[in-house]
Amino acid sequence: MIQSTSGQLKSIPTDTRETDPASAPYLSIANLWKAFGAFLALKDISLDIHEGEFVCFLGPSGCGKTTLLRAIAGLDLQTRGSVLQGGLDVSNLPPSERDFGIVFQSYALFPNLTIEKNIAFGLENSGRNKSEIVARVAELLELVGLPEQGRKYPAQLSGGQQQRIALARAIATKPGLLLLDEPLSALDAKVRVHLRHEIKELQRKLGVTTVMVTHDQEEALSMADRIVVMNEGVIEQIGSPTEIYRAPANLFVADFIGEMNQIAASVAADGRLQVGEKSFACLDHNFAAGTAVVAAIRPEDVIPHQTGHVAGEGEENCIDVLLDEMEFLGSFWRCHLRNERFGVSGLIADFSVNAIRRLALERGQTMTVELPDSRLMAFARPEAQG
Amino acid sequence: MSTLTPGKHVLPAGPTVKGKLSRDDIMMRAGMVIIALYLLVTLAFPLYTMLSKSFSTYRFELSQYEFQVSDETGAFGGAIIDGAALNLRSAAYGDSELNTGSDGRLGVTKLFPDFSFRSPVRYQVRNSVAGGRFLVGSTLNDSIDWLELDSNTFRRVQLRPVKSTGFDNFINYFSTPALFNSIKNSLWISVLSTLITVSIAFWFAYALNRSCMRYKGFFRLVAMAPLLVPSLLPGIALVYLFGNQGMLKELLFGASIYGPIGIVIGSVFFTFPHAFLIISTALAISDSRLYEAATSLRATRWRTFWTVTIPGARYGLISAAFVVFNLVITDFGLPKVIGGQFNVLAVDIYKQVIGQQNFEMGAVVSVVLVVPAIFAFAIDRLVQSKQVALLTSRSVPFQPQVDLKFDRIFLAFCSLIALFIIGILAVCQYAALIKFWPYDLSLSLNNYQFDKMDGGGWRSYFNSIRMALFTAVVGTSIVFFGAYLVEKSNGFRTGRAIFQMIAMLPMAIPGMVLGLAYIFFFNNPANPLNPIYGTMAILVMVSVTHFYTVSHLTAVTALKQMDREFESVSASLKQPTLKLFSRVTVPVCLPSVLDISIYLFVNAMTTVSAVVFLYSPKTTLASVAVLNMDDAGDIAPAAAMGMMIFYTNAAARILHLLASKGILRRTQAWRAR
Repeated sequence: MIQSTSGQLKSIPTDTRETDPASAPYLSIANLWKAFGAFLALKDISLDIHEGEFVCFLGPSGCGKTTLLRAIAGLDLQTRGSVLQGGLDVSNLPPSERDFGIVFQSYALFPNLTIEKNIAFGLENSGRNKSEIVARVAELLELVGLPEQGRKYPAQLSGGQQQRIALARAIATKPGLLLLDEPLSALDAKVRVHLRHEIKELQRKLGVTTVMVTHDQEEALSMADRIVVMNEGVIEQIGSPTEIYRAPANLFVADFIGEMNQIAASVAADGRLQVGEKSFACLDHNFAAGTAVVAAIRPEDVIPHQTGHVAGEGEENCIDVLLDEMEFLGSFWRCHLRNERFGVSGLIADFSVNAIRRLALERGQTMTVELPDSRLMAFARPEAQG
Repeated sequence: MSTLTPGKHVLPAGPTVKGKLSRDDIMMRAGMVIIALYLLVTLAFPLYTMLSKSFSTYRFELSQYEFQVSDETGAFGGAIIDGAALNLRSAAYGDSELNTGSDGRLGVTKLFPDFSFRSPVRYQVRNSVAGGRFLVGSTLNDSIDWLELDSNTFRRVQLRPVKSTGFDNFINYFSTPALFNSIKNSLWISVLSTLITVSIAFWFAYALNRSCMRYKGFFRLVAMAPLLVPSLLPGIALVYLFGNQGMLKELLFGASIYGPIGIVIGSVFFTFPHAFLIISTALAISDSRLYEAATSLRATRWRTFWTVTIPGARYGLISAAFVVFNLVITDFGLPKVIGGQFNVLAVDIYKQVIGQQNFEMGAVVSVVLVVPAIFAFAIDRLVQSKQVALLTSRSVPFQPQVDLKFDRIFLAFCSLIALFIIGILAVCQYAALIKFWPYDLSLSLNNYQFDKMDGGGWRSYFNSIRMALFTAVVGTSIVFFGAYLVEKSNGFRTGRAIFQMIAMLPMAIPGMVLGLAYIFFFNNPANPLNPIYGTMAILVMVSVTHFYTVSHLTAVTALKQMDREFESVSASLKQPTLKLFSRVTVPVCLPSVLDISIYLFVNAMTTVSAVVFLYSPKTTLASVAVLNMDDAGDIAPAAAMGMMIFYTNAAARILHLLASKGILRRTQAWRAR
């Protein structure tokens, strides 16, 4: 189902809808390279996207995600490699001969045309007569929830409304592929969350294959069927949001998505992770004994216990810590836990308000926490730091 | 696991993916090629021709001709002698007399001291080398066969010079003090005018931007007025004020206005608005937070001025200085009118070409003039590219505080400058309306009877308007379309970079030089474009080219403000780029398009230098008529025509303003929120 050139993936069952591996992918990118002079923006990218999928390219700025999107659109041609869309080789076609609609971060609405004219722009010269165009524009305005705004100019709409118009314009001609280039980045937080949901709804309704570029992990996690995590021109991991979050393929993905505690460790002879003189059980790793690794756990996976808690069955990864600092973040407390084994940065744990109350935890006290063996992960140490 | 070693990522060998061009790509490239060709034909080729002309020398090679003289019965028995030997014997021509221009002709009878056209003696002449040329009357003879002529026909034999390439013209130029003195003259006149103009313009702009003085709008308007007249108009006013019969002659204490004094005063007048605009822009983008910081640090007003104001405006000041320098050193009209015996480079070109018909030397002076002009231009571009970086979106605009004493001083200063500008124009208008200065001061419209004077009469005026309109329409189309292609087309990087460079070039090329280059290029019968020589078309062409750069930059600035992705969106919607261009780009950029057209119109009305070599009796122009009438001594009619240009331009400006407002209201409704 997934081909990534950048290393084998952990075999984790997918929990989103299965795409039929037998059917040919709608969009197939093979061995794509992009060079800007000596700088390689994309390095041997291969990726298949199936019909009707919503795929997010996620990564820090400069990782090549927008370059990849523009190569798919034909706006900036790749240096090497091919792009197949709907079984057709479109590798060297200009944008006007490919089949896609695009929405940019800047909306790129034509400022001197009314909303109606903006949406109708692509419908003209396409064999539709005037009344068909009018009907289609009305339908699209209805679809994006702005039926009354047709005669206004873009500058008279809010940012969120403008982005919906840009979306309507992009899907007006019923393209086979919808490309979204950071469509929500220019909007404020509330509108962004709202529109996220709307775009996803619309995509599901239309069933249009969609590729969205974003640097916002929350956006990617909440909208995508599959996420392509990119870094420095390579794909780090491809997977469903839950896969990416629960089972990051490497330390980069683990660190980039969500919060992650990182503790230097080594693999003991029995396969446990040795941190100082304390060792922790870790269920899922296949590093050889003696390998220097990074043990990692997400803050919300740390389980709080009373001081002097006696480890029960399957609770062997317990350790005593000092509750050094507590930040109230509304629905939970972010706690900074100290233990010399965890180094200067200590361990960060998110405890529910409930747990804090139940255990009567207070700043400055010692307590016992458990790092569940099913949640503890191990990654190869990055060479630069190792 | 996939943090891979960098060494693994090497671009595999193989062909780079070459994009298939869409129809739009092909069209845009074709468009760019056409406009690039236009610029090549109207700029690069003529300049190249001129440059090669400056290295061409012409000399009569007497040794290439052989002569034989018959006895009185017409029988040829004597020795065959070549021209050089004859010249040695007769000492008819000195060595330097044999240097000439491309049109040079040399009679041969002087080589024969005892020549008489009534003599029965017959002469034989031939080219001793293939390709040698001489004329008999107007018939060209380039064969090496002997030609036998009677003595009466023989006196109509004229030798033609041989062309060679080398630095001789430049050596000749620099060994003629009368010529190379102009370099020194031009330079110090330009430096002095620059210093004065920039100082005045700075304080004027400072008063308008940083004081609470009254009547700012009026002063701003007055400061722009010199843009509307030819540069030679202040010269005419100065003649009336300080000339031999001037109204205020005594103020000069015996010094003559004809010469450097007149040129400097006139230059200050016509360069003032240019300097003012640049410095005013620089002062307008000041950040009040810096002044608040200075005040909180208890800096004195004087110290704040030197540590905040001047550094903030320094790029503007430097840029203004080089622009003014460039304008003065390349100006031709003003020193022609009021320069007297004081020679400057631009006038030298005119004198060499029109006065002495020495085109090669004209080309040499042109090359000499282009050097400082290009230098000044390059520095200006460098400085202007840095100016932009000063703007930050977080700057807070400066709000001047009321200070009665300072405001009064500024008001007095600005009034003085305004008086100077209005005074010059008023004197011209006054001179145009009186019968005969200084003897008959009664008012009349006699001086407006242009048809009775040199210069082409009223037709010149209407020609000018036609020419300016054509320039505005044609120029705006070419410039805007060219700028669009350069800004918004994909790929083709090298081509676009070259285009940008060519588009910058006209600003560095003085009008005189461009005009002369046009003569060389278009007056060549071998050039297929030769038929446009002497027509309105070549005048429009030279004007568009001469004012290309500023127009191009205006267009590029406007286009840069358009979202870069409009073209991508349009392509994804499968719409032709031309539709986007006409439906979105042009309407959104309409204010800039109108600005470009009025800029071209006003400049085409006032330019002298670019067209003075190129007009024909059918296409005389008002600005050139001012020059010619002044030259012929009809100074009052020259002033009258100059003021006609002023009123026309003022009217055009007002019309432009009204039209802009009207069109903006109709087409730019979307700007209102």
